Amino acid sequence: MIVALLAIVVGATILSGLEMIYYDVPRQMSAQFRSYGANIIFTPSGDGDINNDDIEKGVEVFGSDELEGCTAYRYENTKIHNMPQALAAIDFESVLKTSPYWHIGGDMPSGNGMALVGAKAAEGLGLKSGDTFVCVNSFEVDESVDTSDIPSYEMYTDPESGETYCDHELELVCSGILETGGSEEDYIYVTYDDITALTMNERGCDIVEVSAAGMQEDLKAAAEKINSMGLTISAKLVKRVTASESTVLTKLQSLVFIVTFVVLVLTMICVATTMTAVITERRKEIGLRKALGALNSSIIGEFMSEGLVLGGIGGILGSVLGYYFAQFVSMNVFSSSITFRPLLIPITIAASVMVTGLACLIPIKSAVDVDPALVLKGE
Amino acid sequence: MSKLLELKNISKIYGELHALDNVSLTVDKGEWIAIMGPSGSGKSTMMNIIGCMDKATSGQVIFDGKDISKESRRKLTEFHRDKIGLVFQQFHLINYLNAVENVMVAQYYHSMPDEKEALEALERVGLKDRAKHLPSQLSGGEQQRVCIARAIINSPELILADEPTGNLDEANENIVLDIFHQLHREGTSLVVVTHDDEVGLEAQRIVRLEHGKITSDKKNDNFHE
Repeated sequence: MIVALLAIVVGATILSGLEMIYYDVPRQMSAQFRSYGANIIFTPSGDGDINNDDIEKGVEVFGSDELEGCTAYRYENTKIHNMPQALAAIDFESVLKTSPYWHIGGDMPSGNGMALVGAKAAEGLGLKSGDTFVCVNSFEVDESVDTSDIPSYEMYTDPESGETYCDHELELVCSGILETGGSEEDYIYVTYDDITALTMNERGCDIVEVSAAGMQEDLKAAAEKINSMGLTISAKLVKRVTASESTVLTKLQSLVFIVTFVVLVLTMICVATTMTAVITERRKEIGLRKALGALNSSIIGEFMSEGLVLGGIGGILGSVLGYYFAQFVSMNVFSSSITFRPLLIPITIAASVMVTGLACLIPIKSAVDVDPALVLKGE
Repeated sequence: MSKLLELKNISKIYGELHALDNVSLTVDKGEWIAIMGPSGSGKSTMMNIIGCMDKATSGQVIFDGKDISKESRRKLTEFHRDKIGLVFQQFHLINYLNAVENVMVAQYYHSMPDEKEALEALERVGLKDRAKHLPSQLSGGEQQRVCIARAIINSPELILADEPTGNLDEANENIVLDIFHQLHREGTSLVVVTHDDEVGLEAQRIVRLEHGKITSDKKNDNFHE
């Protein structure tokens, strides 16, 4: 019986543990997938920019526990060493929440006047951490431009057309080099204040990356809701992230389900084998009980209640041990703790009792078939 | 005397083997009979049929006026637990239960376990002081007396004993036979299957079986209470 109890405890432990993992996998996987970057993109819904107030309204659709991060990008073209170079304005404090895979050699810019230079851009411009460089923004000076803040040496007149131009300069210090292996390395990243000062134009952003936890269907529903709000943003899923996440999640949950099923079948076989051995060992006693007047229903009741009590005890122990098993797996696979779900305790106990009950059916049938006349004669 | 048990033209056939061949036997209420015969004569088969643990291939078993030969297994079980007490050659005590608990097992399947009554049954066989001993702590004779206490606890009309002294020494054999005499005096019917002439000669009537047939059925003139 101890062997049967052990089998039930082990089975219930794995069952309980895998149940917890099964229900916690979406959260765990979602956290893992956030390291691959944003999974939702906001783009302008019309021809203009994205209004900064609309970004806040858009991300409010996600709950505070779902929203991992949000980074707005404003792109501008500029010249460095007379070479065209794309600049991107970002919030350096929030960018690593949406792009945790960014690897920075040196320091992240801590304020205005500092830039994070993409590795490819740095290679083309011959820049390294600590270097100073000047960005030049060339534009035509017309009536709309307030020239009061422009130094006179930045302005010149084209002798052929007679038009006045400005080469507005901004000196920046390269605080770090960005390596991602992707197109992000082509850009130089600065603060919003610096890009506004360089372009002398304050406007909204061009694109917003949002990282939010949730299944593909939930994110899709959130995007649809945002798009129906009449904002200056159009929300889209980054399908390569959300679809991969959904596929991996489905496969992982299927794997957990199959393993759980196999464990339950193995537990049932082990309990059935042990109960068969117990009943074979007690054949003489069963024969005696029948000879003393035990009805088949009494024999079934006695052995089934023994099995169900074992199942119940095994289920209770397994529920407790299963939590620690799930915690162990979660810490080793996902490096985070598991969420305890009290509802899984009765489910585990019920499953253990049911599996044990099923496993007892065949052995109990052999007990019912014991012929007292033969058994008590030693045959 | 009225009839307690009546076997009418009972046959039990296993393939080609006729374990019992058209046997008829009557046991009166309060009668003590011995069924004797060599191995393979059909003694055990007859005992199983009388004890409702087996069914005859043909014939009738009438117990206390009721034909039980066509009853279902369940009815037979209920019938034998109410009417018959069994005594075995190998005692068949449950080894993890003590003497009084072994007696109470029979009560459990009959009505309600009652330790006081079980102790009284043990007292009748002279084993009250050994009530809390496990079978392994009892001698063979003591184990057989526990077995008898278990057989009489539900006040059966018939005690069916299969080689009750087969595993006992002479002293314990006498104790068991004394208990049988006492039960007989109290009005209990006894059917004792034995191949031991001395045990057979304690009965009122001796029935001899050979090759599944009754070869003799004689009153024991030397019987004395």
